[in-house]
Amino acid sequence: MARKKRNVPGINSSSTADIAFILLIFFLITTSMDTDRGLARRLPPPPERNQTKDDNIIVKERNVLQVRLNKDNQLMCGTEYISIGQLREKAKEFIKNEQDDPNLPEKHRKNIPLFGDVMITEKHVISVQNDVGTSYQAYIDVQNELVAAYNELRDELAKAKFGGRKYLDCSEDEQKAIRDYYPQKISEAEPKKYGAK
Amino acid sequence: MGKFNKSGKRGMPELNTSSLPDLIFTLLFFFMIVTTMREVTLKVQFRAPQATELEKLEKKSLVSFIYIGKPTPEFQAKMGSESRIQLNDKFSEVSEVQDYITQERMNMKEEDQPFMTVSLKIDKDTKMGIVTEVKQALRQAYALKINYSSVQRQ
Repeated sequence: MARKKRNVPGINSSSTADIAFILLIFFLITTSMDTDRGLARRLPPPPERNQTKDDNIIVKERNVLQVRLNKDNQLMCGTEYISIGQLREKAKEFIKNEQDDPNLPEKHRKNIPLFGDVMITEKHVISVQNDVGTSYQAYIDVQNELVAAYNELRDELAKAKFGGRKYLDCSEDEQKAIRDYYPQKISEAEPKKYGAK
Repeated sequence: MGKFNKSGKRGMPELNTSSLPDLIFTLLFFFMIVTTMREVTLKVQFRAPQATELEKLEKKSLVSFIYIGKPTPEFQAKMGSESRIQLNDKFSEVSEVQDYITQERMNMKEEDQPFMTVSLKIDKDTKMGIVTEVKQALRQAYALKINYSSVQRQ
């Protein structure tokens, strides 16, 4: 008949959906949506082989905050037992040394861009020592509190100096100045073997 | 009468499915983009410890993983219930960590090698002894950027 046009027969595409489904299911299964997060830390470089173990870096006692963890996950800071909740305040007090207390780390004059000459506790060290039997969660708790102490101090400084902004909202230069003001100094001693099972 | 023709069966009009593949393809592309292939099957039990001061792990291609934990039940008969290290797909000893890091570093592009990060996925009940040994091995291998994998505390 003249009025009916013949169409070109289309390719049967009803199975493309199935093919796409199979691919979709494959990616669904292999997918892991969780973004990895964690505490970022930096290890010190390995000791030189030929380097004799000389302790010529004498660290004054007042500059060191000893944090110890024993095999029962008990926490000791300086000379007293404390709970994990107290550690953050302890560390902040130690790093800051507001009143220039002779028992807290000594202060040095340092010229930092954006701040000028300031007195900072540049030489402080927080020394974390754990036992072989310490549980990993307790160790992470301590690390977390110490990092939190630094973060809070840096936030406080940023708020005071750079117009109420948080440390992470500051510009690159400002962040560097703040990092110079509160350098992160957490050292990890070799674990003690006593009390191991 | 033409109007009430009962001879031809009407049936249900068919649903037009010609755009279904397009829909599925959109979903497929979404998953293809957000996907990162799970590289290893876990042979150790891993429950992340909790913390609050977390940082995101950037660029997945620069990250190597080390798992430490108790072997999963099907491996406990063979491996015991002490904490073990898993590198790639097999149980390993501390002495193999250094080789593993070197191997991983070789697989990276040269300009990326200084930014290599090691993510330590350690079960929260692990004792620190084995963790410290691994950390010493990482120091020896000059893999100094590490990340203790943990989850946000509620």
